[in-house]
Amino acid sequence: MQTKRFWLAGMMATVLLATVPGTGRGITIPDTVTLHSQSKLYEPFVFPHAKHILIVKECSNCHHHTTGTLVQDPNCIRCHRNSSETAVVSCKGCHLPDAFTATAIKEKNKKIYHRDMPSLKAAMHQSCIDCHNKMKQGPVGCQDCHVYTKEGAAFYNSGEFAPKKKPAKGSHGGH
Amino acid sequence: MKRRDFLKGCLISGAAASLGVPSKSLAVGSFEGYPDAMGILVDTTRCVGCRSCEAACNKEQKLPEPDVPFDDLSVFEEKRRTTEKAYTVVNRYEAGDGKDPQFRKMQCNHCNEPGCLTSCFVNAYTKTREGAVIYDSKICVGCRTCMVACPFNIPAYSYSSAFNPVVKKCIFCYHTRLKYGKPPACVEICPREVLTFGLRSDLIKIAHERIRETPDRYIDHLYGEKELGGTSWMYLAAVPPEKIGLDETVGNEPIISNVKEFLGMVPMVLTIWPALFTGFHLLATRNKDHGADHHTHSEQEDGKK
Repeated sequence: MQTKRFWLAGMMATVLLATVPGTGRGITIPDTVTLHSQSKLYEPFVFPHAKHILIVKECSNCHHHTTGTLVQDPNCIRCHRNSSETAVVSCKGCHLPDAFTATAIKEKNKKIYHRDMPSLKAAMHQSCIDCHNKMKQGPVGCQDCHVYTKEGAAFYNSGEFAPKKKPAKGSHGGH
Repeated sequence: MKRRDFLKGCLISGAAASLGVPSKSLAVGSFEGYPDAMGILVDTTRCVGCRSCEAACNKEQKLPEPDVPFDDLSVFEEKRRTTEKAYTVVNRYEAGDGKDPQFRKMQCNHCNEPGCLTSCFVNAYTKTREGAVIYDSKICVGCRTCMVACPFNIPAYSYSSAFNPVVKKCIFCYHTRLKYGKPPACVEICPREVLTFGLRSDLIKIAHERIRETPDRYIDHLYGEKELGGTSWMYLAAVPPEKIGLDETVGNEPIISNVKEFLGMVPMVLTIWPALFTGFHLLATRNKDHGADHHTHSEQEDGKK
């Protein structure tokens, strides 16, 4: 049931995201964005975008820039000073999902200023957790957002896969 | 052949063979790593202690079941070290001055000139072109010299194995990943890109660029760039290295420098000296050798055989 709801939300978000035009005209802002839809270890997770808009208000706090404006991030400005108004605003528009594949490393190293751009996963976790810490609200623990799949629980030896035998006190860090 | 002649021959040929050896040993200069060596930049300011890297390492290296789940954060109550069951561990350090606690992942740092490799007398260790320090457990005799030699206390020992105890440590996921240009499992899973994988030479540039751009975030030091002749894993931090358990007293000289000159002398002492002093002895006792009792002595010797 839970999974089905996630799926529905995911589909809706995908449809909504697809309607965001690149030109900045007639922007459709998604109410939710489904993340982690491809993950093996975690259930998909619905990011409440609308809720964040209400709290944060300023889009560029998270997005660096909005569509139709110039690039603002000092790191990007070094090259994109004279670039035209930005058409892309989604995280994945710039941040690579596969930053550490062998090919990505070779490609990234060619573009000197793009090589220290966090991957998609890192950009999100850095943004979310740092801001939640700073604002002292919002989830910061892993499972506050992510629910393990069965495979995930096994991977972390958690829940039903937790180690059976209780270790003797102070057994970690033996020599 | 008479025993005395045999020994003389051995000494002379030994001395001759050793003539080239000391000069070669002394010529070993400092090694700054293979040009295409990969590395990991560890930005400890990004780490939140989620322990995903520990879980990933455990699964990738097919290590035994942990004592507690990988999402159990109570492990931070004590400082852990690497074991035969965990090639990497994350520790929490209180930074003081009202700062948030700092987390640091610990594993083999894959030195450019590894102390473990230098100390291993059966040559079980290899520094690969890709930068990994790996070892062949089939060659390892379990002497544990590398555990003493490692300045970071990394190699662990399989005390649990009664018949074939060997040394165990992080191998940079060499066999399953690094060899194919892929990052280690811990890097791939790290959610906040605490770990950046790339050419070591690039990572040094990236690290200094981060310090330059956000000087408030970091102290101006990249631990591992120069320490012990350079390591493949390097650390950026918000606090001085010793605050997060990184030893600042290790110096910039690789471990081998402490013993290089001494080891260069060994062949000379072992081969030239005996030859030289035997020569002196032979010269000094030459006349006595031709003495009357010589023949009876060698006859006795031959008789024994």
